[in-house]
Order: sequence, then structure tokens, then C-alpha cells
Amino acid sequence: MAFADLSRSRPVRAAGIARPSWSNLLFVLPFLLLYAGLLVYPLFQGMWMSLHDYDLLSGESEFLGLANFIKLFRNSIFLGTVRNTLWFVAMTTPAFVVLGLALALALNRASRTGAVLRFIFFGSSVLSVTIVTLVWRMVLRPDKGLIANVLEWFGLPPVPFLIDVHLALPSIAGVTVWWIVGLPMMLFLAALQQIPQEIYEAAKLDNAGWWRTLFSITLPSIKRTVILVAVIEIVLQFQLFGQAQIMTQGGPNNSSRPIVLFIYESGFRDWRLGYAAAAAQILFFLMLVAASLQLWLGRRRQGGEA
Amino acid sequence: MSLSSARSASGTASRVRAGRMDSHQFGDRLLLGLVILLAILWTVPLVWVLGLSFKPNDVLMHSTGGILSAPFTLKNYADILASSNVFTWILNSIIVSGGQTVLTLVVCSLAGYGFARTEFPFKGVIFALVLAGLAVPEQAIVIPLFKMFADINLHNTYAALILPRLAVPFGVFLMTQYFRAVPREIEEAALLDNASRLKIFLVVVLPLSIPAQATLGIYTFLASWNDYLWPLISASKPEMFTLTVGLASTQMNFAQSEGIGFLMAQAIFAGLPILILYLFFQRHIVTAVAGTTVR
Repeated sequence: MAFADLSRSRPVRAAGIARPSWSNLLFVLPFLLLYAGLLVYPLFQGMWMSLHDYDLLSGESEFLGLANFIKLFRNSIFLGTVRNTLWFVAMTTPAFVVLGLALALALNRASRTGAVLRFIFFGSSVLSVTIVTLVWRMVLRPDKGLIANVLEWFGLPPVPFLIDVHLALPSIAGVTVWWIVGLPMMLFLAALQQIPQEIYEAAKLDNAGWWRTLFSITLPSIKRTVILVAVIEIVLQFQLFGQAQIMTQGGPNNSSRPIVLFIYESGFRDWRLGYAAAAAQILFFLMLVAASLQLWLGRRRQGGEA
Repeated sequence: MSLSSARSASGTASRVRAGRMDSHQFGDRLLLGLVILLAILWTVPLVWVLGLSFKPNDVLMHSTGGILSAPFTLKNYADILASSNVFTWILNSIIVSGGQTVLTLVVCSLAGYGFARTEFPFKGVIFALVLAGLAVPEQAIVIPLFKMFADINLHNTYAALILPRLAVPFGVFLMTQYFRAVPREIEEAALLDNASRLKIFLVVVLPLSIPAQATLGIYTFLASWNDYLWPLISASKPEMFTLTVGLASTQMNFAQSEGIGFLMAQAIFAGLPILILYLFFQRHIVTAVAGTTVR
């Protein structure tokens, strides 16, 4: 790289800028130390721990080989958390893409109304997960909850959102969409504003209708952003933790327990650090697979244009 | 923006096909109406909770229906000011988020400049290894991180709360991108004067990077303020909780309905500072959060 720089630079630049020197490493050294100590080392330490039975108090560890992983695959609660997490990702990711895109299309306007509406839909994303759960546990309560109150006015019975086996996880998914749909909306808005106006004017002259314009101009132009949003959301939603931990504690009957909650409880409630580290490796692996699959599908559909 | 300008640009065309344009405009109005309706639904939970926070707890024990009718009270907020840990938690959050933001900016600016503008042996390999770290999620390393900090007895300290996030390579990536776009000519003049690389960085390049610093700073602060998993694991003493973790601890006995008003006042009290910041810095926050996600 240094030589390439030298060969095409003017004489002035050769005097200093591109000269490699160990002293320049000092710029990146503080970060490299933090990175090595607090990311790379724990990453490998985690893999090592996942092969051991680890006792935190005595500091002793016993090599188990793959026993932790085998035990996990035989643990119906853990398998349930994998199923719940995948189901949660499958519920939320399409919702983020479709609702985010719909909001972006509707709010891609210069008026003040548009600005206020964008402000509202993005606003909830700045709140922390514990504020969101505080608000929504109150709203969803079957006694004294907001929705229960509304249903009562219509003479309807309350819905046990967070207490029902079939409703708990979908309710958490709904709350999550309410919380952070603003992010995909903003990403789609940014993409929509990159589309050249001339294309739309040409379509108008060709008498193309709204739907036709949407499907033959708008959507093809933002294909990359659609894939990007899907990948971001898959990676983010795999990490579901706070909402489930606070709103349902994984219940009822483990129906809303995600992988991260399993890791947290194995590690910090049962103090089985090796076992928890093994579950974390599986989560990491699943996230990598899902994200690469999505990227690969996206590339293929685009015919390698990315 | 494209919709409105597309509409005005097609003024001549609309005169030709007036009927068609009207139906299009009607559709647009209908769409806007639907979105406004949705936006109202979107804010109802927060408004309702705001209403509850001004109601006496004993009234809420019987019914949470009439939030618009008397009696109202400020007692819930007075209770927060008087007794609860909320102030300690807010202070902790300010120290942790502030510290993390300042240190991230320093470390990432230095590293970004190093990778973007200087040459040192194995630079390409090192940069690739740093970028690979972007794929590592927090959950994959919290267990060993917990053990590391336990081994050196550092849990329940600000250091433990601040340090781990500094290793996330995202900021380095962002600053490298930014410094690469700064014209080389700006540095060359200073180099001819025999200035050191550090001096060039501090005096010439760093002042140019203020927009990028603002973006990374806001992003880091917000992410740190709302961080939940690591502070929950690391801080076990209530006096070391951040606001996000502290609010989780008060919700645990939610089932008993005594103190609904107090809980809701806590939600409002904790959410308000961030919402006010959002009101004033909306554009910057959106750019920071949405813009940084794209890269």
C-alpha cells in the first residue's frame, strides 16, 4: 500500500505522508490494547469456557469437551429458547421492513406535518428498554391496563396478553415494533431521498399510476436498503433480552424465553458459566448464519450488482 | 420530500389530466389521514402513563379508567425527589455515559486517524482484524467479561461499567471513513513545516472532524445511556445501578398494584430528559442513530 501511494504521489507527498513508521502505530495502540483485552481475549476465553465446567468461586475448571453443547441440544428448555428466538425474529423483521417502508413512503414529504409525524414515530426509539417495559406492562395488564379499560367500555373481556402462552411472545414482538420502528423508517427515508426526481417525472409523463411507480421505480431503487434493514433487524432481534426478562421473565411456561435470557440465567442465576458460554457460542453462530444467509439471498436476487 | 416536489413539478401535466391528479391527491390525503391516526395511537400509551403519574395511588388501586377527571396530585413526583434512588442512578448514568463518550471519542479519533492517514507495518492486516470485531455481538463475550472483572474484583465500579464498550470497533471504523475523506493537501503544507504527525492531527485534522465527533458522540452517549445487559450483570449494588438498570429493579414487584402512580411517575421522570434532548437535537440524533447504522 505504501509503495502504491508513493508511485502515484507528487514529490512533496513522498517527503513524509506515506512513509511507514513504527511510531505511527502509537495512534492506534490505545484502541488495539482495549480491543485485544476486552473483545478478542474474551471471545476466545468464551470458546475455551464453553468446553469446560467452570466454578467461579474456587476458580477451578474441568475439561468437558463438547459435553456442554451435547447437554444443551438435549435440553428442551434451551431448544425452546432457540425456537422462541427464531419465531420472534420471524415476527418482527418483516414487520419492521413493511411498516418501516410504509411509514417512510407516507412521510417522505417536505411539509411540517411530515416532520412532526417522523418525530413521533422515531421518538420512542430514544427511550431505554426499561422505560418501554414500564409503560407497556401497564398498558397490557388484564386488570387496570389501558387496553383492558378500552375493551371494558365496549363490554368485552380483558385479554391476558403477557400471561397467555400463545400471546406472550407476540405481545413482546408488538411492543418491540412500537419501540424501534423509527430506525427502519429513517433508513428507508434516507434511501428514498437518493432516488433521482427525473425518474418520477418521466413516469408521470408516461401516465404511470401510484402502484405502478412504486413497484417499477421506488422498490427496485431501494432494494439494497431493504436487504440492509432486514439484516440489521435480524441481527438486532436475535439479541432479544430486556423486554422478555422484565415483562414476562420468559414465561408463561417458557413460552417467551429467548436465548439471551437463557444465557443470562444459566450464567448469573445458576452460576454455570461454562454452560452459559456454550449457549452464547450457539447464539453467535446462529446470528452469523442468519445474517450471511440474508446477505447471500440479497446478492443473488440482485444478480451480483451489490 | 420527493412526493411533494414531484407533485409541484408535474403542474403542467396535471392541467392536462386534471381528473386523474385529483384522485391521486385524494389518495395522498387519505394516506396522510391514516398515518396521523396511527401516530395518535402510537402516542396514546405514553400520554396515558403521563396521566396516571398525576393520580393518587389509592385511586389507581380501584380504577385506572378516568385519568382526565380529578383528583390529581404531584405527590408521586414529590416521592421520587424525596426518597428514591433515582437521583443516584441518574448521576451514575451521566458518569458512565459521559465517560464512555469522551473516552470513545479520544480513542477512536486517534485510531481512525492512524488507520486512515498514517503508514505503519502490518496496517492492512491489523485493520482487517479490527473490522472483523464488528461481527461479534455483546452476548458472545459477556460471560468471560464477567469472569475477567470478577477476577480482578472490579465489579460495582465505574471502570467496570465504562470499559467494555470502549473495545467495540464501530467508532474506529466511522472515524477512519471520515478521516479518509479529508483532503491530503491540508496535511501536506504542515508536513513541509516539519510538524510531527501528532501535532498535525491535533491542530490541523482534528478541528475538521467536529461533525463526525458529534455524530459518534451522540450515538455513543445514547447507546450507553440505554445499555441494559452489561450494567445489569456488572452492577449488583443498588447504589451502582445506572438509571436503566435501576428502573428494572423497581418494576419487579409490579403485580402489587400499590404505587402504580409512583411507578408511572418514575417512567416519565426517567424518560423526560432523553425526550427533551431529542426534541432539541432531533436532527443530530436521527443522523447519529440512522446514519451510523448504515455504515
